[in-house]
Parts: sequence; structure tokens; C-alpha cells
Amino acid sequence: MIERTAAELIALQAKGEATAEAITDAFLASIKARDGEVKAYQFVDEALAREQAKAVDAKRKSGAKLGALAGVPIAIKDVLCTKGLPTTCSSKMLQNFIPPYDAHVIENLKAADAVLIGKTNMDEFAMGSSTENSAYKTTRNPWDLERIPGGSSGGSAAAVAACEAACSLGTDTGGSIRQPASLCGIVGIKPTYGRVSRYGLIAFASSLDQVGPFTHDVTDNALLMEVISGHDPRDSTSVDEPVPAYTKTLNTPVKGLTIGVAREYFGEGLDPEVEASVKQALKEYEKLGATIKEVSLPHSKYAVAVYYIVATAEASSNLARYDGMHYGHRAKGKHDLIATYSKSRAEGFGKEVQRRIMLGTYALSSGYKDAYYLKALKVRRLIKNDFDKAFESCDVVMGPTAPTPAFKLGEKTADPLSMYLSDIYTISCNLAGIAGISIPCGFSKTGLPIGLQIQAPPFAEEKMLQVARMYEAATDWHTKRPKLG
Amino acid sequence: MSLPYKIVVGLEVHVQLLTNTKLFCGCSTKFGSPPNSQVCPVCIGMPGTLPVMNRKAFDLALRAALALNCSIAEFTKWDRKNYYYPDLPKNYQISQYDLPFSYEGFLEINAAADPKKEYTPKRIGLFRAHLEEDAGKNTHDESGRGADSKVDLNRTGTPLLEIVSKPEINSPEEAKAYLEEIRLMLREIGVSDCEMQEGSLRCDANVNIHIEHEGGIAATPLVEVKNLNSITSVGRAIAYEAERQYKEFKKDPVNYRFGNMFKTTAGWNDVKGITVIQRHKENASDYRYFPEPDLVPVVVTPSEVQAAKMAMGELPSEQRKRLQSAPFNLTQYDSQVLTAKGRRMVTYYEEVTAVIGDGKQVINRMSDLVMGALNDRKEEIDQFPLSSQTFADFMKKTASITQQGRRDVFNHMLEKGTDAATSIKELGIQTDFDESKLLQAVLEAIAANGPAVEDYKKGKTAAANRIKGHVMKTAKGAPNDVVQRLLEAELAKLMGT
Ligand SMILES: [Zn+2]
Repeated sequence: MIERTAAELIALQAKGEATAEAITDAFLASIKARDGEVKAYQFVDEALAREQAKAVDAKRKSGAKLGALAGVPIAIKDVLCTKGLPTTCSSKMLQNFIPPYDAHVIENLKAADAVLIGKTNMDEFAMGSSTENSAYKTTRNPWDLERIPGGSSGGSAAAVAACEAACSLGTDTGGSIRQPASLCGIVGIKPTYGRVSRYGLIAFASSLDQVGPFTHDVTDNALLMEVISGHDPRDSTSVDEPVPAYTKTLNTPVKGLTIGVAREYFGEGLDPEVEASVKQALKEYEKLGATIKEVSLPHSKYAVAVYYIVATAEASSNLARYDGMHYGHRAKGKHDLIATYSKSRAEGFGKEVQRRIMLGTYALSSGYKDAYYLKALKVRRLIKNDFDKAFESCDVVMGPTAPTPAFKLGEKTADPLSMYLSDIYTISCNLAGIAGISIPCGFSKTGLPIGLQIQAPPFAEEKMLQVARMYEAATDWHTKRPKLG
Repeated sequence: MSLPYKIVVGLEVHVQLLTNTKLFCGCSTKFGSPPNSQVCPVCIGMPGTLPVMNRKAFDLALRAALALNCSIAEFTKWDRKNYYYPDLPKNYQISQYDLPFSYEGFLEINAAADPKKEYTPKRIGLFRAHLEEDAGKNTHDESGRGADSKVDLNRTGTPLLEIVSKPEINSPEEAKAYLEEIRLMLREIGVSDCEMQEGSLRCDANVNIHIEHEGGIAATPLVEVKNLNSITSVGRAIAYEAERQYKEFKKDPVNYRFGNMFKTTAGWNDVKGITVIQRHKENASDYRYFPEPDLVPVVVTPSEVQAAKMAMGELPSEQRKRLQSAPFNLTQYDSQVLTAKGRRMVTYYEEVTAVIGDGKQVINRMSDLVMGALNDRKEEIDQFPLSSQTFADFMKKTASITQQGRRDVFNHMLEKGTDAATSIKELGIQTDFDESKLLQAVLEAIAANGPAVEDYKKGKTAAANRIKGHVMKTAKGAPNDVVQRLLEAELAKLMGT
């Protein structure tokens, strides 16, 4: 049961072969059995999960129309506000934060009759690529418990890979959905900026953040995208574009399609096994009738640098509210105003968050703003122009999602720069505001998953999902599940 | 008034816009509600919330900017101004930095030395007017017993228009005239109620002075004076601060110069009547502005500008010009006084003039009677019991009687609620005089006042008043101007002999 996809679970219920309650119980049992090792979850409310499942079963019995995700257990990254449930961002800062409202995507999931099973662990405030920056626990990669699951949405990725949830939501600011999806052997999408409302997503970098689903396969991903996408007047940056029926057009052949391959994605630092798997996948696409075309994204080499200025600048402002005054941990004892601020923030934030706040504050400071922040904005525009140009001659751009398979716990924690480079292929997608997806495309000799990244023009999720699905239909990587106790 | 220096002032004015809801959420902006009763997750900056622009606020700001003769940017964006303070829950304020929605305007003020007597127009240039959200309000234990400080976030997120003038204000009187004109105009066009007591109009003054010194002009360092709670205190603070700077300059004319030190902030103490230097601004000046990523830029179309112009109605400056031309023909000064009374007073005036015809005569009667009565009764013109039609009728019926007689009729009408005809009858005032009978009374008075006539002949023209007094005693209620005319004519005849 727990290895099934969301679509299969929906079908089981429709045929009367399983109840939402039974499904939820199975996943709760899986969490009990596995999460001690995997550590994907930050918070699970079993009673609440059962209550939701029973409500779905009752609704089905009553003959009422059921939502698109009826009875599907879903895990939520702990950066998304859930009414009445803790939302910590895996930070000590928000240890006691219980939002009085639901994020837009949570409202949509509830309206679709999904069963919210728990909140997942993450890098603190979504800052990191390994989920080792959580203030509470370190999530493990279900394929190798000595390795990281990727980040920052590591908990959400591991929960699905370990079959502790049928699907999950993460957020992606520079690769935080696609990179863990790649490292955990599942499907993860970063929608076009503005496709999904950010209302209720606790901001890391507002101009880059997007919510997206983790699933076992592309069909499930399309299903979730239908539920969470769409205009929300509460988010001024959410775009009023119609939401296509993604699941309906998935199985359209890719014959005649042009796939761009950026030569910059196959340079130094790319693991040979990853390179081999991705090139094999490209061959598969050729077999399916697509044309491969080399393109150039000349400014992509600046993406990491630009990202660590733009994202940290925005973060330095977004995270200013956690000052012990209105929000966040407050240092004990009596201090004057400035000392209250600095002590509370020094105690409440972890090292990586502090590092990024300082970086961003510096980049915006007078005397440095022109050389850093404003220059980064200019280069960001050039990165976007690169993609615009590439998409003039091809439908999608493909390459590896991450330069290596999952690395060992602690391997990169002492070297932030090498950690930052694990997002080298995913970051420009956020800077350009386009769509990107990672799908499984193989395993290393040691059995670690490898991901293929497909990037598409803004609001071309329909085509991107179709392209992903056609590869998936021709391969069976997405059917693999890790062996766990 | 002659000072040994020239005062140079730029004013930063913040006005709260008259919207029902805040700038980026749906909370009420009503003044005076219990603390923290008008808040929601958005305006208290709760994690995960996002701002959504209130178009009504933007439209009001647009109207104000057009009235201030500003250019309107086709494309404008929002920026974050970052600083930590407990009344600012996000620790940044959403404001506008390098692309304000309006820029380069001007405001015409009355810069007369005695604005109570005359009108001398002067244009004060404006750098810009931009929109931003207001902060909350901190209250501290002033008793010194160290009780907790408190924060009220009701005001947080209220739309503010910041109007930044150029340093073209050169006296405390001009500063006051500038603020009075802004207040009048923004009230007239429905943008703000501009109540300084309630904080819906706030003002900071950047003050320095220029001194002729050793053949050149020496400028003193800039001081930003804050905590100005009334228009009067703005004037007082500027006068005090200018004088203080002059004394500082005389102590150290070499070093106390503009450019030698950073801008200083001073607080105005209204009770002591002094400015108190607070801090040098260098530490607080890095607000790390950057574009607000949670909001989209605003594009302003020509049709939106047109709509804002339509909504604006007649501006005080336009109204003054209209009142100076036919059929009103008021002086600059009279048009200023009338306009300053507000649009409803002007309407009343226009309605009376439509009946009477002579706009100058109507403003004289209204200044003399209506405005005085409103002052005594502490009423606004729309509460005044005599309608414009009633007052016009009164003016017609009392055209040929004495000033005192008119006043008696007017007061009687107010007291009894009667019309002019009834009041005249009840008071027993004679309103139709035969001119030949009046002439008779004048001749009698001249005959009876020999000494006065002699004085008049010697050039003491004031002696005529004694003769006139005699006429008025015999012809009660006779029209002053007719008596004056007849008397002058007869006296002139005597002079000729
Ligand atoms: Zn609010």
C-alpha cells in the first residue's frame, strides 16, 4: 500500500478496495517504523490525520463529490503555515509559532480532501542543500542512511522516497525541491514564479521562492500541480493565468520536440556517473523522436554568485522580523532594546542563517550596494535573457539536476562554498523565474539515485510535464523504492 | 523684521490618506480605537503573509500629487526601508525610494509679510510626493518607574503620503502658510483630514541659515527638527532654531558650517520653546533600500491620471483666481480669506452673489456679519441657520439702512428665526427714505452746528462727523452712504462761498 502512487491510492478508494482511513493508518505505521531512522518529519499528528481520513470516507459514503486528492496522505514542508499546527521552519526562532491561518496551498489541499499527515524537517528557513541546517534533526537519505537527502526540502523528499507519505509539498528558492528530488530518486517540480501563490509560505527570498510537489511519478506531480496552482489575490506576484488540466495532456508523444542541452552544464565538477546517466536519458529522448540541440547559457557561471547576493539580501530583510519583540525567540533576562535584538537573534538563528543574513546585509549596505546587489540584479537579467534566447530555438532545456549523487552526512558542512555549489544547475531557473522539474534517470553503482532536470519557459508546465512523462513511460526508474526496515 | 541672516527651510510633510482600509490589508484605519483592535496577520507582519496594494489609496495619492502640480511617473515601484524598531513589526517599512510615483511639483502660498492683511503669492518647489505605510505607536512609562513599554499596531500600515519640499521656505510665516495651504487643499480635494492633533498631518523641518560673512555667504549645518505638533509650533521652532544656529555660528564662524558636520536631529520642546539636539544622523542613515519583492510595480495610465484629475475638483489656487474675476471681482486678499474658509463657504458666497450681483459688497457683508456670527456661535457654514437665499433677501431689504440697523435686523433674524421683512417690521426700522426729506435734515443739521461747520472750513474734515451724527439722530435708520453723499455736497457748496 505505502509504495503506491497518489493516483493509485485514489483508484483503490474509488473501487472500494481501500478506505482513506486504512491508507492513512498504513502510512502512519510506516512513519512509526521508518522515521526513527529517516527523520523526515518535524511533527506528526496521528489523531488529526485519522480524523481527516475518516471525514473523507464519510463524505464518500454520503455520495458527496470528492476532491481531486481525496484520502491521499500528504506531508508538508514546515515552512508552510498550517492553521493551529506548529510551523517552525526547523528553527529555534519559531519553536512556538502556531499560525492562525492556512497557506493558500494548504487551503487548496484541504479543499481537495487530501489528508495532511505531518510537517517535514528542512534546512532552517530553507537555507541549505542537505537538511543538516535544521535546528532539530538531520534527515537521512532513504537510499543510504549515512547520506544526506538534499535540501532544503530534505524532509519532504525523504518522506516520499521512504514511503512515509504518498506525496509532499516543498519549496524551491535555488533548487530546494529539484535537488532533493534528484538525490532521493523522486519527482520534484519548481513551478514558474507566480504559478503558485506564496501566501502562507514563510519567506526566505521572496523573488525566488515557489511551492511545488514531490511525488513518485510525473502523473502524481501533474495531479498536485492542478490542485495548488492558480491565481491568488492575496499574493500580488501570483499570476492570473489559467491552469491547464496537466494530467490530461501528459501522454502526448515528444516526437518533433527540440531539446536544448546547455554545454555549460557538462563542465568541471560534474560526477561522471551523473553525466553518463543524463547523456543516456538524452539518447532515450532521441529514440522517442526528439531533436537534441546544443545551446549556450553563457551567464550561468555567475548564477551561484548572483543567487547568494539576491537571495541573502532579501532574506536579511525578510528575517528581520524575528527579533524577540513581535516574533521569534526572545533572550532571557532584562536587556536594553539593541541587546534584546542581538541576543535573541544570536540565540534563535543557526550559523548558516546568521551567515546569510550578514552576507545579505552587507550586499545592501551603502557603499557596497552598487557593486553587489545592484550588479547582481543586472546579471540576473542577463541570465534570464540567456534562457529567453535558448527557448527561441528549443522547447525545453535539459541537463543534470545536481552535480553529484547524495553526499555523506557532514561531508560539506565545514565548507559552505562546496555546499553552495551543489545547487549550481538549479539556481538559474529561480533567477530567471522559469519552470523546472527533476525526474529519476538512473542510479550510481552504489545505488544512489540520479536526477534529470528539465527546464521550460514561464507557464509551460504543461509541456514540461508531458516531456517528463514520456521519458518516464519509457523507463522504470520511478518505480524503484529503497529497502527500509 | 530684519534678520542678519536668511532662513532656509525644507519641510517633510506626512499626511494620512482618507481611506477606509490600510495600504496593504483590509483593516480599518479609524482613529482612536482600543489598542491592537485593528490588526490582521498582514499588517502585523506575521510570517508568511504578503501585502496587497489598496488601489483607493494609490488613487487618492495620485489626486494629491496632481493637485501639487507634480509630474506623475508612468512606472513606479515599492521599496523596503530597513530599520529595527518595536513599532515596526516587520522591521522594514514599505515605501518608495528611487522611483516615487510623483516628482517635481510646486505649491503656491501667501508669502505676504502680514498674511492677515495682504496676499503675495510665492511658489514653493517640491522634490517629490510618495506613498508609504505608517508605523505603529510605542508608549513608554514616562513616570520613570520602569513599567513595560507598550506597542499599539492599529496605525501600522495606514497609507501615508510624504510630501518633500525644496529648501525654498524662507521664514516661519512661510512655513505656516505652506502647511495651511497643504491642509486646505488636501481637505478640499478629499485626500486627508490633516488633523495634526490626531497625527494625520505630521511635519519635520530641515532648517539652516545663510549669513553674509566676509564678503560671501556662509551656510550653517542642517538640523532636522522633529516633534512639531501644531502649525504654530512649526513656526516657533523654525524661528528658535534659526536664532540658535546664528548664535552657534557667531561663536565659531570657521567650523560651524554646512558640510563640516552630518545632519543633526533635534526635538522641539513646545513647553520650553526650545529645540533639543538628539543625535547625529550618520548611524541611522543606512536603510538598505531595495525593491519590495512582494509587490508588483504600478503602471499609471493617462486615463487613470485623467480620472484622478476629474475627481480632484477645483483647487484652492484655481478657486482664488476665479473669485478674482467677474462676476466676483474680489481682491487677491479677499479671495484668499474666502477660499481659506473652505468650499462650502465659497458656495454660500456664490449663491448670495448670484442674487445680489455685486460680489465685493457680498464679501463685505459676509465678513462683517456671517463670519463673525459663525465665530461667536462656533458653527460651520452648513450649520448656519440663515440659508444663502435668506441672507441674499436680507441684503436686498436692508440695502438702504444704516450699518447698525442692518446688524440689528441680522441678529434679530438669528435670534427669532424670522425672515428679513418680519425682523425689520418687528424692530420698527424705517427702510424707505425720501431723499428730499433727508436733505432737509442735513440742512437743519448744518444750521444747528455752526462751530462744527467753522472747524470744517478750517480744514478739520473730521468735524463733518459731528454734523452727520446730528442728522442720524433726527432721521433714524437713514442709509449712511446717502446721508454722507448729501452732507458732502452741501459742505462743498459752503466751502465754495
Ligand atoms: Zn491588517
